[in-house]
Amino acid sequence: MSDIYLDNNATTMVAPEVFEEMKPYFCEQFGNPSSLHNFGNKVGFALKKARKQIQDLLGAEHDSEIIFTSCGTESDSTAILSALKAQPERKEIITTVVEHPAVLTLCEYLETEGYTVHKLEVDAKGRLDLDKYQSLLSDKVAIVSVMWANNESGTLFPVETMAQMAAEAGVLFHTDAVQAVGKIPLNLKESAISMLSLSGHKLHAPKGIGVLYLRRGVRYRPLLRGGHQERGRRAGTENAPAIVGLGKACEMAAEHMAFENTQVKAMRDRLEEGILAAVPNCFVTGDPDNRLPNTASIAFEYIEGEAILLLLNKVGIAASSGSACTSGSLEPSHVMRAMGIPYTAAHGTVRFSFSRYNTMEEVERVIKEVPDIVARLRKLSPYWGENGPVENPEAAFAPVYA
Amino acid sequence: MWDYSEKVKEHFYNPKNAGAVEGANGVGDVGSISCGDALRLTLKVNPDTEVIEDAGFQTFGCGSAIASSSALTEIIKGMTLDQALEVSNQDIADFLDGLPPEKMHCSVMGREALQAAVANYRGEVWEDDHEEGALVCKCFAIDEVMIEDTIRANNLHTVEEVTNYTKAGGGCSSCHEGIENILTRVLAEKGETFLAGGAAVVAKPAAKAPEAPKMGTLARIRKIETVLDSIRPALQADNGDVELIDVDGNTIYVNLTGACTGCQMAAMTLGGIQQRLIEELGEFVKVIPAPKDALVSMGA
Repeated sequence: MSDIYLDNNATTMVAPEVFEEMKPYFCEQFGNPSSLHNFGNKVGFALKKARKQIQDLLGAEHDSEIIFTSCGTESDSTAILSALKAQPERKEIITTVVEHPAVLTLCEYLETEGYTVHKLEVDAKGRLDLDKYQSLLSDKVAIVSVMWANNESGTLFPVETMAQMAAEAGVLFHTDAVQAVGKIPLNLKESAISMLSLSGHKLHAPKGIGVLYLRRGVRYRPLLRGGHQERGRRAGTENAPAIVGLGKACEMAAEHMAFENTQVKAMRDRLEEGILAAVPNCFVTGDPDNRLPNTASIAFEYIEGEAILLLLNKVGIAASSGSACTSGSLEPSHVMRAMGIPYTAAHGTVRFSFSRYNTMEEVERVIKEVPDIVARLRKLSPYWGENGPVENPEAAFAPVYA
Repeated sequence: MWDYSEKVKEHFYNPKNAGAVEGANGVGDVGSISCGDALRLTLKVNPDTEVIEDAGFQTFGCGSAIASSSALTEIIKGMTLDQALEVSNQDIADFLDGLPPEKMHCSVMGREALQAAVANYRGEVWEDDHEEGALVCKCFAIDEVMIEDTIRANNLHTVEEVTNYTKAGGGCSSCHEGIENILTRVLAEKGETFLAGGAAVVAKPAAKAPEAPKMGTLARIRKIETVLDSIRPALQADNGDVELIDVDGNTIYVNLTGACTGCQMAAMTLGGIQQRLIEELGEFVKVIPAPKDALVSMGA
């Protein structure tokens, strides 16, 4: 039996059709798109086509609003640093406590440089308080950076509303949409979003390619200066094969948008239903009514995530966890902690993230394997008795340096 | 994913002595739920002989926490309490053919659970002096608290000094920014400013030999011994040691023993010792490991 890949929020398989499109751009169409001759010229046309395919998926008004970068992180950094450079009199940033490290770590660094960072908190379902957000918007704020979909719980933020609120206050709005692009329909020309980041490898394009969408007219300062590539907004020779691949991947994502939101969603829902029915003391994290169709985040109480992943891996199932141990940090996932999930459950969070390449047979296999794995680890747990958690677990086991 | 040894995997997939021991008379609960690793060790000790007749564990934690717990129980079964208390966290890690640096704390937790369980059996209160910070140096598993304490205790001012005293930053050097941030913070506590000293490692300037002050041979050797004595506790903390073998002009021969033997850090440790000796003696000296035959002839 082949292995089951349910870690598509981490990265995805390059679609075979995408790979086919890319192939000629290594050994045959290898020219520099900036060159005048035939070698370069054809590559230039290929990039133009790709830019159009991406524009279509995003619903952007102009293809020149697409800037190719090397990854989602570069797009995030470019957007935030550009807003600060272009508006040196504005020293505040608004973001959320549950952002990806690509935004959060940069913001924490900017705090040491003297910027004030407001991090919006979330409730138990991972939702934001928009009144609080409204109260922070002012002419001191250089940029708002809020993710479209959370990578761990899949919870969606109302970024279109938030962008509108920012626009009314005269504040730039950036969204890290790395998890959302390709999974939910976008129409940027109808939105007030100033900048948006996406990453190729999350939607079946290769790693090493990202996009910064930059609305026409938004004041901008490049991160990398040099050549005239991307109209001088991101210097450096274009990663032509990856750009061609990303174009194809975006075209395919648009074609599969309905499938993603029906078939993929059905697989995710069946997995949750099956696991919750068979395993005691577990629950879904995030906002079940408002989230990505492909993401299931389940917290298994009284056991630890890395141990679950190792046993899942042993039976050929790939997932990921919010436990501290998988990352080598001392704290469990900041996303789970922000939602107020207790440590005894936060460490046991497992994320199953689907793609259109998964099947219902795989889902049934996972549902069959998970209960035994959880039971096996709970047998080792000091919080677990014969058939359920020990009475008053936190008091029954209170280790010394807790 | 982590690079776990086969032994770790074996003890994780098929843990030994899982569950609480029936009729246990020593229990140790240690760990930190916020960090995601906690362990209850139960011992059945023969009151007449103090031999550990049975040991069991219950662990909330990752693969290496479970494997370390399993290893610990296997090691201590059949030992007397005094023998068991000699088991170090390194013994647990060695039993498992090593642990990744980020996971060494799992073996520390095992040793502490043992101490707590023995204290519980003896009716004593186990004092936990455990403090753990975020891992800074991944090459040598040095955490933030260790670095902060060492900076304060020894009045350190540079990344190089931190490396000499703690080993942190002595490997791949990618944690130097983190060490600089810690220095900045700790020095600010006493109103000092951390000065990076410009682009430190463009090229190391050749160590300039200060004027050699007049010091008698005996006084000089005593001075060298004093310096080595001051370094010794740091080495012993890692189960190593250093001894002076010979002094020949400005070449000082030493022998690193214990865990220092064959340690990949040996060269770094020698560099640190040399630096200290240069500072204390006020002259340029070279510290090199004593040749093997010299050790044999001296019976070392």
